[in-house]
Amino acid sequence: MNPLQPQGEERPATLRRDHLPNGPAGAAILSAGAGCLALGILAVVADASKPMARLLTFYRPTGPLSGVSSLAILLWLVTWFILARRWRTKTVAIAKVNAVAFLLLALGVLLTFPPFADFLQGK
Amino acid sequence: MEITLRALITLVHGMLFGAFFLMAVSGLVVEIYRSAHAEQPSALTAKGYSLERLYLIGMVGLGWAAVLTGAYLIYPWYRAVPPTGVTDLALYPRFLLKSSATTAGWHDLGMEWKEHIAWIAPIAITMVAYVMTKYRLSIREHPQVRTSVLVFALVAFGAAGVAGFFGAMLNKYAPVNGGPTIHLKGKSQ
Repeated sequence: MNPLQPQGEERPATLRRDHLPNGPAGAAILSAGAGCLALGILAVVADASKPMARLLTFYRPTGPLSGVSSLAILLWLVTWFILARRWRTKTVAIAKVNAVAFLLLALGVLLTFPPFADFLQGK
Repeated sequence: MEITLRALITLVHGMLFGAFFLMAVSGLVVEIYRSAHAEQPSALTAKGYSLERLYLIGMVGLGWAAVLTGAYLIYPWYRAVPPTGVTDLALYPRFLLKSSATTAGWHDLGMEWKEHIAWIAPIAITMVAYVMTKYRLSIREHPQVRTSVLVFALVAFGAAGVAGFFGAMLNKYAPVNGGPTIHLKGKSQ
């Protein structure tokens, strides 16, 4: 091995060990949690309010589910895009990011559970 | 031997997209867990990394295909409203289930939960695939990122499992049928 040769040049670019900051991962993780929470909130809103259900009916045969899922995906992707740009080269407090993301994810899952959604609506 | 077009598409949705998604995610969960306890990182050849990426892309594609076919092809057939005067509800699964107290719960709990929780699976697994691809060589340096990826992958598996279970039960009690009949074998009637 040539000692003057910088390390990593022996391997193809695709196989080089990359030293990435955790920002991009944090952005992806947190936005996924936010997307799941958005889904849960929109599902409850569409179930609780007839006008909102009509507003969220983007595609009539599918009903409000079309708007609920489309908007949640849109919010998730927009959040991801914004956070990814801001944290592209940053090292973030990943433990806090994980904690918040898990909380958002858990709330999102809980809000999709019909008995819980009914309880929130006083049904 | 015949099958209706709607039943065939429901089969593709559940048995192809849904079931293969579950299998792919379970494999990924095992791999993430295994790699967390490996003494040496497993280095792959360039082709190995390409195959790994293909696996992840395929898994994400299966997840999105499952929810999109479910929401935009099968769900409209499921929730179709029977015309006035129709008493045979075989082509209107939602109304068929709700017509009896013994089956209404499959809609009120099963479909109401399935139709929403299913979307969590592809959102979560897209994130997992992205992180696994971007940090494929340095994930060991980010153990908390790996923990998060594992949790989201497990939740994706659970969400898809709930959707799959209720999908199977709904199709048992009120199968989605109708559309042109596809003749597969033997004499058609």
